[in-house]
Amino acid sequence: MDELKGLLKRLSETEGVSASEKNPKDIVKEELKKLAISFKEDRVGNLIAFKRGRKSNRKVMLASHIDEIGLMVTSFDENVLRFSTIGGFDERILLGLEVIVHGKRPLKGIIGSIPPHFLPKEKQKKVLSIEDLFIDVGLSGKELKKNVEVGNFVSLKKNLEELLNERHSGKSLDNRASVTALISIFEELNRVNHNWDVYGVFTVQEEITGLGALSSSYNIFPDAGIAIDVGFGKQSGFPSEHHVELDKGPTITIGPNIHPGLQNGIVKIAKDYEIPYQIEAESGPTGTDASDIQISRSGIPTILVSIPILYMHTPCEVVSLKDIGRTTRLISLFISHLNVDMLKGDKYAT
Amino acid sequence: MLLSKLSNLDGASGDEGEVRRFIHERIKEYVNTIEVDPLGNLICFKKGRKKGPLILILAHMDEVGFMITGKRQDGTLKFSKVGGIDTRVILAKTLRIGRKKIKGVIGVKPIHLLDEEETNKIPKIEDLYIDIGAKSDKEVKDIDIGDFAYFDTNFEKTSTGIVKGKAFDDRIGCSLILDIVKGKFNFPFYAVFTTQEEIGLRGARVIGNRIKPDYAIVLEGTAAGDFPSKKDIARTPLLGKGPALTVIDKSMIADRDLLQRIIGIAKRKSIPYQIKQAGIGGTDAGRIQISQRGVKCGVIAVPARYIHSPASLMSVNDYNNTLKLAVSVLKDLG
Repeated sequence: MDELKGLLKRLSETEGVSASEKNPKDIVKEELKKLAISFKEDRVGNLIAFKRGRKSNRKVMLASHIDEIGLMVTSFDENVLRFSTIGGFDERILLGLEVIVHGKRPLKGIIGSIPPHFLPKEKQKKVLSIEDLFIDVGLSGKELKKNVEVGNFVSLKKNLEELLNERHSGKSLDNRASVTALISIFEELNRVNHNWDVYGVFTVQEEITGLGALSSSYNIFPDAGIAIDVGFGKQSGFPSEHHVELDKGPTITIGPNIHPGLQNGIVKIAKDYEIPYQIEAESGPTGTDASDIQISRSGIPTILVSIPILYMHTPCEVVSLKDIGRTTRLISLFISHLNVDMLKGDKYAT
Repeated sequence: MLLSKLSNLDGASGDEGEVRRFIHERIKEYVNTIEVDPLGNLICFKKGRKKGPLILILAHMDEVGFMITGKRQDGTLKFSKVGGIDTRVILAKTLRIGRKKIKGVIGVKPIHLLDEEETNKIPKIEDLYIDIGAKSDKEVKDIDIGDFAYFDTNFEKTSTGIVKGKAFDDRIGCSLILDIVKGKFNFPFYAVFTTQEEIGLRGARVIGNRIKPDYAIVLEGTAAGDFPSKKDIARTPLLGKGPALTVIDKSMIADRDLLQRIIGIAKRKSIPYQIKQAGIGGTDAGRIQISQRGVKCGVIAVPARYIHSPASLMSVNDYNNTLKLAVSVLKDLG
């Protein structure tokens, strides 16, 4: 668990906003080297790890997106920077966050707004939107222009902190929790037999267009796809029918985006090996890499395994280490049991 | 400058112990007597031979923060604010709670699950909670109702000459006094670190009557106003432009003679200074001024951006200039 925690910490605290995923990819490469797993990068930046299967006649592709939501500098306003968001943010949480502006050199800053006591009464209590906010790195307007350019990326700055119950809180657990799991899966695969070739893709730009999943599944054209992402764990105040919770194992999605044969297969593995899991019904596209993989080329049987987290898309996301461990175990065992029969499903029967 | 250490200490109004112990330890070799009064104020006296007016310099030890008010069955914690914090600045922030500094987060609903009505309002503090990872109230063992909670911010240097941290209001003042008392003075003065400033200038209420000073100088970290210019917003004081001097704030009108004297000293010594924007904030000086027969009071402050929020910015140059000015004023009065 300590190793898992250390890896999660490094991945969570590094910066890799969509289209600038170099830092987390470097960490992944380092880990893959330690495991003697080969890898390459494709032309859009996906990092693809590869491990040959014993029979090597079929291919399974795993996808964990490696990008994170962030901000971008849009203009200079005297001694501060105005910005836009990359990916989905609740703009109300931005005030008071620490950030790093990736200019000529990394600049630490704060997201500020004009404090209420400097404003006329009627403006003191309004909901802040992004137009009211700015990034302050403490430089003068002149120095700012020397060090920063419009279009520079800005990432959140946050340490991973341990809470009770092996839960950890930090930024970018969407989706570094799954990146951690995918690295660990390759570690497991060094120990278990598997017939199929395994492609582990650390996909880019999931938060924006799904570019990484689209391009890599086209290139690899696997027989089966497994997207690993994060899901919504039940938070205090959620309606009682929201049943997915932290510490109860990975979530296996069911619905039109999901291949029934593979889905049944992974549920069976969970049952056989007594790995806790949860089922989530999604009536439309899942909005994850699974959405893009399924409709790549002539269609790919795809499933989605999610690690439940809390407070998604904030710098205080919460994940349970136990759930990451269980996700690793479930998917590794599933890979070692993959067979062609599972690709027969109601809709994809051949 | 001990601000790097002082900023990382936790001490909301009523919970100043950690800060008081630190200051006590650091100041004892430079002063002659140290007392703690019933309100928790730390009262230090530095002897001097020369007889003259009695001077008091003071800074408050407390900061704004939170207090745990309840444990809910699902393991989350209810809380209230200690002092003035804008609810808009606390969403999705990490806190450290209680003596054991247990980490917790003020969780919000994920953006994906919010409807439009929800995104257009500021949540009520009653609807927010702190999550420490506990699954039931039984698991909340090391936190009690009444414990205090703080923004989990670490002091750090940012760009050239700028530092970042929490509680700059008023650990800046505490740090300044700790630097001032190291100097040599041939006259006596009091250095006082007050409590409960953030909940209504309460600690300072008793200081004037007890010490009976002729002059009092409050040292503060005050709100900087140098934000992108909007027509309806004044911009002073600015970061990097020297100590800010108060003419009028919500708690008092500064003594006119004393203010002119301070300005005169700054000019003579070529120390940059600026006049603090009128009518904003309030300090312990407002309480000292109306104590006993009335006291001549002034405020010298280091401008800091985003006070009362998780992280503020301060210019180290401003700090050094404020220190220089404060020492000069003290020597001029003494």
